[in-house]
Amino acid sequence: MAHITLPEGLPGIRGPMALRPETAKHLNELAEVLLRSDNSLTRGERELIATFVSSLNDCFFCQNAHGGLAQHYLQCDMPYIDQVKSDFQSTNLSPKLKALLSIAGSVQKGGKHVTPEQIERARDVGATDLEIHDTVLIAAAFCMFNRYVDGLGTWAPQDRNIYIERAKWRADEGYVNFDLYK
Amino acid sequence: MAHIALPEGLAGIRGLLAFRPEMTNPLRGFMEVLMRGENSLTRGERELIATYVSHLNDCFFCKSSHGATAEYYLQCDIGFIEQVKSNYKSSKISDKMKALLTISASVQQGGKHVSVEEIQLAKNVGATDYEIHDTVLIAAAFCMFNRYVDGLDTWTPDDREFYRKGVKERAEAGYADYDPYR
Repeated sequence: MAHITLPEGLPGIRGPMALRPETAKHLNELAEVLLRSDNSLTRGERELIATFVSSLNDCFFCQNAHGGLAQHYLQCDMPYIDQVKSDFQSTNLSPKLKALLSIAGSVQKGGKHVTPEQIERARDVGATDLEIHDTVLIAAAFCMFNRYVDGLGTWAPQDRNIYIERAKWRADEGYVNFDLYK
Repeated sequence: MAHIALPEGLAGIRGLLAFRPEMTNPLRGFMEVLMRGENSLTRGERELIATYVSHLNDCFFCKSSHGATAEYYLQCDIGFIEQVKSNYKSSKISDKMKALLTISASVQQGGKHVSVEEIQLAKNVGATDYEIHDTVLIAAAFCMFNRYVDGLDTWTPDDREFYRKGVKERAEAGYADYDPYR
């Protein structure tokens, strides 16, 4: 049961967003710009960063909602996403994305955990300043979203396939004006 | 020196928003509603929660900026803010604010650190569901802002007077039209 009374039947972030649409509007605009707008990082790469940070923060809802989206965009399967979460260095992700995931992992611990060496490494394998900036902001933003979802004790469907089945439709719908009740 | 090339002479989050103006609208819209919109929590109380969480996250820029804003709204002195940061339970804030700061400290650790007991205590001393929601969201949001500012190692002047200069004008101007260059 959530810590406060939320509109019935809405999992994860949707309940708090339905309670407080005034802040939800801007959170969704942020997600839209960060995760779906034109970018040299693909949508799949950005959703993967979000998924990875959410798994570090142990947020079931977020890592599955965004994991489902990452799977959709990257056209991969659940074991692949799980491997990225547990040991991304051993996957066949690009060196650039591995360097950015290292940075994201440091941001999750705290801003000051990001080292100049990690930044240099990312640059060496082709990351631009914009990509580094966005990686840090995505990681930081999910440190917010994860705390929002778990801090209010929201519920999350435990069947991971639900998130995968919804993903195509959610990917098309986007984050702005998305219907919380669908 | 920041981890990426940011526009010169802009401290903290200003440099970041100048670098990535696409993020400005969602972030300032969000802050305006969350921190200044009509609310049973006063603006001072909300800025105090932000300051406290920024202090726990050891983010000098954020805790100094929002500490100065909290001082302005609460019409208190810097000593009061310092006491809240170091030992809020012995400060003169209300029982409700003490309960909400306890919740915000748990959110700072992670969403799942918020306990049912902390929530119940807050309710017992008069916190509404909206106030609990907003406390969690402010704490979560500052876990994002603190990581954003420090994760890119933005320029942080260490003179605290820098943050208090012009605070009245900035507080009254609000966040909605926030211009990083001003």
